[in-house]
Amino acid sequence: MRRFIAGATALVAAFVVSTQPAAACAGLIGPNGAVNLLRTTTFAGYHDGIEHYVTAFKFQGGSGQFGSLVPLPGVPTSVEKGGDWTLQRLIRETEIAKFSVRGPVPLAQGAAADAVVLMQVKIDALDITVLSGGGESVGRWATEHGFRLPPDAPEVLDFYAARSPIFMAAIFDADAAKAKGQQVGDGTPVHITIPTANPWVPLRILATGKNASARVEADVYLLTDRKPLLMPAPFANGMQLEHSATASASLLSDLRSDKGMDWVPEMAWLTKIGINAAASQLTYDLAVSANGTLPSRVAAGLEAPTPTTPASDRSSQPLALVGIAVLGLGALLLIGRFAPRTIAP
Amino acid sequence: MALALAAFAASACASAQAATPTQVGIRIHYSRFEPTTIEVPAGVPITFTIVNDDPIDHEWLIGDTSFHDRHRTGTEPVHGDRPDEVSLPPMSIKRTTLTFAPGTYTYICHFPGHEAYGMVGVLVAKG
Repeated sequence: MRRFIAGATALVAAFVVSTQPAAACAGLIGPNGAVNLLRTTTFAGYHDGIEHYVTAFKFQGGSGQFGSLVPLPGVPTSVEKGGDWTLQRLIRETEIAKFSVRGPVPLAQGAAADAVVLMQVKIDALDITVLSGGGESVGRWATEHGFRLPPDAPEVLDFYAARSPIFMAAIFDADAAKAKGQQVGDGTPVHITIPTANPWVPLRILATGKNASARVEADVYLLTDRKPLLMPAPFANGMQLEHSATASASLLSDLRSDKGMDWVPEMAWLTKIGINAAASQLTYDLAVSANGTLPSRVAAGLEAPTPTTPASDRSSQPLALVGIAVLGLGALLLIGRFAPRTIAP
Repeated sequence: MALALAAFAASACASAQAATPTQVGIRIHYSRFEPTTIEVPAGVPITFTIVNDDPIDHEWLIGDTSFHDRHRTGTEPVHGDRPDEVSLPPMSIKRTTLTFAPGTYTYICHFPGHEAYGMVGVLVAKG
C-alpha cells in the first residue's frame, strides 16, 4: 500500500564535548561551558518505504564541540547536506495556520559486541556517524569518542536499542563552524534517507540528562498521506495538538522544489504537535499510524517489546511510527571528555 | 559524623593478616548503586568489588560529609591513588580494601548530575 508519512522533529539529545581532560569531581563544566545550541529543527518524510530526514544543527556561540545521539528507525542509505528552505518553509506554514485559526493552541558478564559503524559523513562542521548496536555498545562507542553521557543515558539507550538498534551520532564543531564563517544562529541542514517500514518519533530521549522538573519544549511535525492516528493522544502529558489539516498545495510545492525533496507527494496531511512537558513526564514516544490501524503501545514506549521479538522484526507491526521530529531543547547537557583514568586496585 | 576512614590499603593489609577481610560486592547499573545500604564490622578490612555495568564512566567515593563536600567542588582530573576514591571506566571491575572506624559513611558518584540522579549509598560500620 502506498504510504506517505513525514514528520519534522528536533534534535534529540545534545551533549557538549570537550577535548580536554575534565575534573573527576562534581561541579565542573567543560572548558567551553557557556556554549549552547539554539532550537534545532528536523523534517522527516516517509514515502513508499523510504524515510527522509532533514535536520539542522544550530548554535549560539561558544567553542569546542557539541554532540547529539539520535535513535533512528532504520539504517540510512545516505546522509548528505539538506536543502536550503525546507525547514523554514515548514515552520512558516504552521505559523501561518496558527494565526489564521486564532485558536488555542544482571552483572556484566563480558562486554557486548562493539557498535558497528555503518556510515561516516562530514557535512560542513558536522561529523556524523551512523551506528548499529545495543545500548551498551553504542554507549561505549560514544564514551570512547568523547561524549560524556548523562547518568540516565544507559537506560535510555537500552530503551531505544530494544526497538531499533540504529543510532546517529552527530558532533558539531563550533570552532570549525566559525572558521567556515558560520554565524551564531546559522544552521547546517542534513538530509538522511532511511528505508524503513517503521518510522517513529522518539520523545523520551528529549528528557535525557535533565532534572525531573526541567521543561522540555519541542515541536513535532508529521506529514502523512491522510490524517494519522497517534499514541499517546496529543492532549495530555505535555503534548498538545497545534495543527491538523490537509497540507496546502503551496507548501508541498515549496518543499518539493528544495534540494533532495522531489519525493514529496501531491497530497498530504500536516500535523503539528507541541511538546511542553516536565522531563519526568516524557516517558513515552509518539506512535503514529497512517493506515488506519491502532498505533502500538510498544512503539509508543508504553510497553516493552517482548523479549522474543527481535528489534528488527518490528516491520511486522501494523503501524507506522513516524520519524524523528524534535524541536528545541531548552537546555543541553554538559560533557567533558575525560582522560583515561587509572586506579590502583 | 566523626572520623572518616580509619585506615586504608596499607594498614588494611597489615591487619588483614589477623582478620579475614569481609567481601562486599557493589554493582552499578543504570547509574544506580546496588545495594544502596551496606553494614560492615568496624575495624576489619573490607574488600569491595565494584562492577560498573554501564557503558559510561562512574566513580565510587566513600567518606563522611566533609569528604563529599570537597569532592562536590573538587577539580581533580583523575582518581585512583586512594582506596576510598575509585574511578570506574565503562564496563569495568575494580577492587579496593578499606577499614572503617565505627560510624556512617556515604558512597557517591560525583560526576555531574550523578548524585542528583541517585548514585548515593550508605555504609554503616558497626563496632
